[in-house]
Amino acid sequence: MNKTVNQKAWFLVLPVLLLVAFSAVIPLMTVVNYSVQDTFGQNEFFWSGLIWFEEMLASDRMWDALGRQLMFSGIILAIQVPLGIFVALNMPKSGVWSSVCLVLMSLPLLIPWNVVGTIWQVFGRTDIGLLGYTLDALGINYNYTQDRLAAWVTLIVMDVWHWTSLVALLAFAGLKSIPDAYYQAAKIDQASRWKVFRYIELPKMSGVLTIAILLRFMDSFKIYTEPFVVTGGGPGNATTLLSIDLVKMALGQFDLGPAAAFSIMYFLVILLVSWVFYTVMTNLDKEES
Amino acid sequence: MAKITLDNLAHSYLPNPAGEEDFALKELNHDWEDGAAYALLGASGCGKSTLLNIISGLLQPSQGRVLFDGLDVTHAPTAERNIAQVFQFPVVYDTMTVRDNLAFPLRNRGRDETYVAERVQEIARMIGMEDVLAKKARGLTADAKQKISLGRGMVRKDVNALLFDEPLTVIDPHMKWELRTQLKKLHHDFGHTMIYVTHDQTEALTFADKVVVMFDGRVVQIGTPQELFARPDHTFVGYFIGSPGMNVIPAQIEGNTAVIHGAQIDLGKGYKPLEGKQEIGIRPEFARLSSEAGLPVQVRRVEDVGRHKIIRAELFGQTINIMAGEDDHVSADMNHVTFDAEHINVYANDWRVIPEGVAS
Repeated sequence: MNKTVNQKAWFLVLPVLLLVAFSAVIPLMTVVNYSVQDTFGQNEFFWSGLIWFEEMLASDRMWDALGRQLMFSGIILAIQVPLGIFVALNMPKSGVWSSVCLVLMSLPLLIPWNVVGTIWQVFGRTDIGLLGYTLDALGINYNYTQDRLAAWVTLIVMDVWHWTSLVALLAFAGLKSIPDAYYQAAKIDQASRWKVFRYIELPKMSGVLTIAILLRFMDSFKIYTEPFVVTGGGPGNATTLLSIDLVKMALGQFDLGPAAAFSIMYFLVILLVSWVFYTVMTNLDKEES
Repeated sequence: MAKITLDNLAHSYLPNPAGEEDFALKELNHDWEDGAAYALLGASGCGKSTLLNIISGLLQPSQGRVLFDGLDVTHAPTAERNIAQVFQFPVVYDTMTVRDNLAFPLRNRGRDETYVAERVQEIARMIGMEDVLAKKARGLTADAKQKISLGRGMVRKDVNALLFDEPLTVIDPHMKWELRTQLKKLHHDFGHTMIYVTHDQTEALTFADKVVVMFDGRVVQIGTPQELFARPDHTFVGYFIGSPGMNVIPAQIEGNTAVIHGAQIDLGKGYKPLEGKQEIGIRPEFARLSSEAGLPVQVRRVEDVGRHKIIRAELFGQTINIMAGEDDHVSADMNHVTFDAEHINVYANDWRVIPEGVAS
């Protein structure tokens, strides 16, 4: 059969090209543009090569923020994934209560980021917040505006509250897809509860859990609004995560060059970690089969 | 191994069953003899799997008792019953190797490793999977997975019974024969009580010593394949077993003749006066097409299936099947049918009527 050649077909991809160009490529390229130039105002720019990248890589400020960021993502993943699985395992599998649980669980996911931040900011205040006031009344020294540990605990609890549902819902979907016969066979085989989890539920959930971990990693690595509203990065620099630092640099100090270099490296780190994670997980899958 | 007794057993999936129609499994009394191979045959949704799950303890019956060798196990958990069950869709533990899969039920019961290894090797040889023992179960084909399921069911020597819930549904036809033959051989070698649920009559008839036919939540007949073929107790059995099934023709039974639309048929046996719906059942194998004698029919279609021909004909507006030999000539003037009186069964309200002067 002869192939029909019609170069006009390229026009059909034009809308997509335009859309992607305006939504992703052009904004990204402006950042790239800033990262290799310097300005002394008046909207005049000079080529500066890789100097901003070198400067950022040499600065403790970025490395510290990166360290805090990794710690934050690590902690919330270590809590949310097991907790989400635990919640999913204990949710009713069918009936009215299953639906009630699903709706209740989705509620935190529907709340806008800055509202979540505001809720917890108020909730944790020692003068008017329910949580802060109660803790204070119990004699626990809790003040997230002054105490680094309290600030971290608040952010982590807030994120767990906000996002564990996502892991739980995904894990629940994975659990629901397991046919009854597996559980029945496990009963016949006299498998313990732990073995049912280890050899039936966990393997069947591994696919959705990979997605859940990936999503939670990316999201938590980019987190900005909630910590900005609650702590603003403080006390001191204690909760200055990467994006908070970036905004300070770009908009607070108006250091467009370094901030642009920072953004690009930030973006590459997320891309790299996600890629490594995904590759490792899918390879593990392949090796097993 | 054990004799399994079902005593007044019935089950409804509703919490408060109002009438008989609410029961998925209607009241049933039956002994499954120790060491016999049974097939549980019936259309989808007739209660076969319900019955099986009650025996294995995955389901608690609404009423009645289940006894293993006289011991009441109605409310005993599955583990205590020491039953093996193989399901319709292969259940394997994906992340384990084939070896670990086969060893799983033994290890869960705390058997020592030398015994486990020996037993696994034996089962692997039996199901022909010795060469893939070290492989993960995940990447295997559906029939290999189902073989593992079968193997896991058989790995324990001391099981009270082996239950199969349509285990060959997902298997390719040529593998079906092989696996079924293996099962049969296993039964022969080890003498486990086996109950095999299926909706495929060939499977049931080739596997089992005795076939239990279920219809609408009720056991309608228990018998050897020969009995089911020659003397179906219920019109459903006649219809369900055989290919094509038995012809069931409405008739008036008058002593030793049946009257169909004024035409008389000799039954060869006498019957007491019957009440309710009366029918005669005749298998296509025992109906003959002829050119002069018998009841008038109109031939609609002749299907040549190789070893024989199946003639679809119309008898007083009702479709009936007639079988003819491979070499029998079917011509346009053959518009009558005769029935072999010896093989006519009489049914009243769907249940077979025993002729007078016959023991059963």
